[in-house]
Amino acid sequence: MSDTQKLMQVYLDNNAATKVDESVVEYMNKYHLEIYAVASSQFSHTPGIHAKEGVDRAHQIIANKIGSKESEIVFTSGFAESNNLTLKGVAQANQDEKRNKIIVSSIEHFSVLHSAQRLSKNGYIVELINVNEEGFIDLEHLQTLLDDKTLLVSVMHANQEVGTIQDIKTISEIVHSKGAIFHTDCTYSFLQTDIDVNDLGADLLTISADLVHGPKGVGALYVREGTKIEKIIDGGYQENNLRGGPENVAGIAGFGRAVEIYKDEHTEKTRQLRDYLYRRIKEEIQDIQLNGSSDFSKRIANNLNISFNRIEGESVVLHLDMRGIAVITGSACFSRSLQASHVLLAMGFTHERAHGSIRFSPSRYNTEEEMEYTVQNLKEVVAKLRELSPIK
Amino acid sequence: MSLPYSEKVIEYFMHPKNVGEIDDADVVATEGSPACGDMVKLYLKVNPETKVIEDIKFRSYGCASNIATASIITELAKGKTIEEAKKITWKEAAETLGGLPPAKVHCAVLAVDALKTAIENYEHKMGLVKEKKPTDIEVVKKRLRHVINPLTGLDVLKVNFIKDIKIEDGIITVFFNLDSDHQFAENIKSEIKEMLEPLWDVKEVRVIFNDELEEQKK
Repeated sequence: MSDTQKLMQVYLDNNAATKVDESVVEYMNKYHLEIYAVASSQFSHTPGIHAKEGVDRAHQIIANKIGSKESEIVFTSGFAESNNLTLKGVAQANQDEKRNKIIVSSIEHFSVLHSAQRLSKNGYIVELINVNEEGFIDLEHLQTLLDDKTLLVSVMHANQEVGTIQDIKTISEIVHSKGAIFHTDCTYSFLQTDIDVNDLGADLLTISADLVHGPKGVGALYVREGTKIEKIIDGGYQENNLRGGPENVAGIAGFGRAVEIYKDEHTEKTRQLRDYLYRRIKEEIQDIQLNGSSDFSKRIANNLNISFNRIEGESVVLHLDMRGIAVITGSACFSRSLQASHVLLAMGFTHERAHGSIRFSPSRYNTEEEMEYTVQNLKEVVAKLRELSPIK
Repeated sequence: MSLPYSEKVIEYFMHPKNVGEIDDADVVATEGSPACGDMVKLYLKVNPETKVIEDIKFRSYGCASNIATASIITELAKGKTIEEAKKITWKEAAETLGGLPPAKVHCAVLAVDALKTAIENYEHKMGLVKEKKPTDIEVVKKRLRHVINPLTGLDVLKVNFIKDIKIEDGIITVFFNLDSDHQFAENIKSEIKEMLEPLWDVKEVRVIFNDELEEQKK
């Protein structure tokens, strides 16, 4: 393709970051340009009170969406902080208790896994729950690990790589039967599927704006009233005394706005695009394996993960990038630690299957034409790399 | 646009030279494996009189730099005698490509090793090999110079990652100057095993990290 031709740009990495809705940007701008005071108490100056109203309104919107009280929402700098606050904050607040075991699934985001590892250096016993080949938690294994020494269990609702949705309600019931605290990271399922803190039985629940067409640098943690947890960032009494430092008013307001304008039809459109893409890839390309839940009702609408046999993912990603298509791979060559995806390996995959995996994650901003463009280019790239491959 | 690769790497990735197989190849060598995420297979045709590599082709499974370095190796080796080709270094391959990102230097090492293995296999086939050398510290160190720290692109000996090496009854133990939760600990460990396990008289390779040593002492 010549340089003068303009490439079609197809962004398919929405399980990592999403386009901010223009109306959200506009809404946030008001808090950058007009209501830029620090959010303070009702006894403050008028600009400060207006800023606080913006934060309060976001509390209201999110609480409504997940069926919680406004005071149970703590705004953070994103899902990573929410997950850090959960593990470290609960551990810190319960140091004197007899419970010293923390159980997390083996496919959690690093913000959970690495926090748990750090706590294991401070005397906590950390156990990982196995998953099966489709990424579902082994409930029997969870029951084996769980005991009356268990302080906290964290299992993500949907996984960012393979999209598998866990049966959180059942998991939380098992966890509560031993009196442990239950946290679920809903970063990747929020707005893709219904989330109600009471239905799910969550004591703590993570969400993030950057995955739902809101701004980066804003997330939230739902903290059920009465849950023993302490803040890990000092700097004031903000966010129900669970997150010190002045609030990111524009970001928080933008998060609320993104949730407010989200419609179920957005998810439906995304689902149709994902289903179209999968159907066409199956029609056009041989020797592929679906990674994650084969039952698509247990997979988030914006996730498709496929391994292409006999080829390596970074090469696929780079070729597609040159054709304007943005996707990622679970291959070691692509990661910052040069290790294959811990999620795919925990699912019992061979390194080869992990190296050949590509994640396609559409959003409501994509079109069917873009999906077809992706399939055609993918077909060419896969054929080219298979021709080059020594594995037959 | 700021891809991490040089223009030349991209050019060879997009349009690799000497791709394929040689039907009547004198020797074939494979280095790496799909499990490691990198694999190069070389086919050589050598003139029995002059020992000149008259034809060389490759197939590659791996990332962009793997494909590009394998391709450049075939170009560098073609027309050289096997003695000349043995002297090609991964640095030469990387420089010819306009440099590689530190994390990708191991691709050049793999491609050069594939060429060396192919030549060794050829010498063996033609009865040109000397006696098998038993594995000692020097042999191990020579091999470890091919294990690259992905942060700096320098080998693990140069960056003082190795505290000690012990060889006992065919078991090599490498003591590492890093903790097991270092960003690249698992990667370097598997590279070391990959580099030392094929040695003919080695039964097992153990890599011990700092914190593991502390644990053992307890």
